[in-house]
Amino acid sequence: MKIVLFDHSFEGLLSAIFEVFHLRLKDVKLMRQNNHAASFFDEEIWVSTDQEKAARVAKGIIKYGGKSDLTWLYRCFLSELAEVPQLILAYICQLMVDKHSGKNDFSRDAVIQLQKINKMIGREKHRMDAFVRFEKTANGLYFARIAPDFNVLPLNAKHFKTRFADQEWCIYDIKRDYGLLYDLESLRHVHLPSVNTFLHSTPPDLLAEDEVAYKKLWKNYFEHTNIQERANKKLHTQHVPKRYWKYLSEKYILDY
Amino acid sequence: MNFDRIKEKLSILADAAKYDVSCSSSGSKRTNKKKGLGDSSGMGICHTYTADGRCVSLLKILLTNHCIFDCAYCVTRKSNDIKRAAFKVQEVVDLTINFYRRNYIEGLFLSSGIFKNADYTMERLILVAKKLRLEENFNGYIHLKSIPGASDDLMYEAGLYADRLSVNIEIPTQNGLKLLAPEKNREDFLKPMKKVRNEIVKYKSEKKLIKSTPVYAPAGQSTQMIVGATNETDAQIMYTAAHLYKKYKMKRVYYSGYVPISYDSRLPAIGTEVPMLRENRLYQTDWLLRFYGFSIDELLNQKHPNLDSDIDPKLSWALRNLHLFPVDINKADKQQLARIPGVGLKSVYKILQARKYRKLGWHHLKKMGIALNRAQYFMVCDSRDFLKADMSAQQIKSNILTQGKSKYKPLFNSQLNLFE
Repeated sequence: MKIVLFDHSFEGLLSAIFEVFHLRLKDVKLMRQNNHAASFFDEEIWVSTDQEKAARVAKGIIKYGGKSDLTWLYRCFLSELAEVPQLILAYICQLMVDKHSGKNDFSRDAVIQLQKINKMIGREKHRMDAFVRFEKTANGLYFARIAPDFNVLPLNAKHFKTRFADQEWCIYDIKRDYGLLYDLESLRHVHLPSVNTFLHSTPPDLLAEDEVAYKKLWKNYFEHTNIQERANKKLHTQHVPKRYWKYLSEKYILDY
Repeated sequence: MNFDRIKEKLSILADAAKYDVSCSSSGSKRTNKKKGLGDSSGMGICHTYTADGRCVSLLKILLTNHCIFDCAYCVTRKSNDIKRAAFKVQEVVDLTINFYRRNYIEGLFLSSGIFKNADYTMERLILVAKKLRLEENFNGYIHLKSIPGASDDLMYEAGLYADRLSVNIEIPTQNGLKLLAPEKNREDFLKPMKKVRNEIVKYKSEKKLIKSTPVYAPAGQSTQMIVGATNETDAQIMYTAAHLYKKYKMKRVYYSGYVPISYDSRLPAIGTEVPMLRENRLYQTDWLLRFYGFSIDELLNQKHPNLDSDIDPKLSWALRNLHLFPVDINKADKQQLARIPGVGLKSVYKILQARKYRKLGWHHLKKMGIALNRAQYFMVCDSRDFLKADMSAQQIKSNILTQGKSKYKPLFNSQLNLFE
């Protein structure tokens, strides 16, 4: 078996797939570079990201499967799951044979798996639309920390940009140490070394004057909108899994 | 802002508003214009869930809980000895904007006790919405309550700023209403409903001719009924709902299991359990009516005035109509597929897509995630074993019940029913 290694980007994966076709490799395993533990028996091929090659593969996917196939594969890729590159390769191979999208062939295993992953991505993206809690900082920036299961922040960009068009905001993924910053004009990816990624919320001395008061009001509202007689803890944790609680100001204990 | 005072008011007025079930924030088409704040053109978002598992998407409060009416089922009734409070218009505006900017909520759901008279109250509600839209350039979701008896002019104005309007008819039957809220009459509820329906129809037809027609209540109107406060049957509730969907073009009818809040002898006593299972079955029926192409008399009729509690309404219908089954998964049309118990609309879509490529067998269906524990008795597919064809309704039902793991199982009556 041959192991094909690529860097962490989607273009990297597409470049690797290009090489698989170009070198007519059979029996390959696609892996991210950092997911990989060297093996004694398998031959390794390292493919560096090549925008041109990636673009050609993308063009091929669009030609046969349409734009929606490309977006679909990209979304699945964002899951960062180890098995995804292999599934994507399998799908693209089949696509080149069929010459039409097989995205809706729910009777094929690879498709069902990718559809499942796509659904997980959609759910996580939607959760981030919901669970982001901005804290207004002293300089007027609305800042939020998140740590999603998958790397969904790029998918959230549009939603937040249209919604909060008149305020400066930043959503920071502390797990992957990068964020999206909106400065009233445009949106960009940022890496902020000054953000303490060990904290779940911003220290109170950096917050705007009325921020704590609004946090308390929100928590107070949250508690009063509950109907005691209908208590259903299981349903509650099903909708708001515990791993997200630390970022939700209505769920953690405010110690100020 | 005096945050302590606001906090106290918020506690009282959120507490009073929580029995309104609607929390939907979808269905509007309001986009963000000129770099304003907010957008409600996408899907609804539940920003969090309360400890009872209900979604929180809107800031749901009353403007005031002072009320001149004394409806037995309501916490804010005049005779109830509770703390009263009232928000100023600006306070509601500030709360909404600040919560929205922090991504806590999708928008505002504003209701109110009726003080002075219907029109005076309605005017105040409109004032809040108007301020949000015009002064704050707010494009988030606004749901306003139509106050029973409010005048047509006000209802027209309300629709210009709100995304959704609703008036709760609360009690499904005329007699129930007479018993629990003798001061109110049905006409007062229906009047604003009619006006809103007419305006929506008018807006839709004018929009085709004149593009600049101002938007009117783009997310339509909804209503709510209390379940289990009077002794109405499921059929009475669902026929009323079906009537409202048809006649008033409701977007949604909500069913709210009555939470006992009063020692009034006309009502279930405090401590009585909230009829959550019944509520769930009513919602299932509602979905069958709206999305699955069922008509109300197929599900509930003279012979079956109440829904089964141990099985869902679609399964119950299928067991009464075994002559229509089994359905061939590889040939049947969309309508027929949607009528198979255990097959939802998403499964229907998957089946329709997948069978373009090959004939489907049991293993395909299983991998798609179809609830075969119920569905297997009502379908044939590309396989030799479809033994289940000639079982009786009773056999099928007991098979499903013994194999199934319903979360409501402890509630089912374990006694044998002689007459089935």
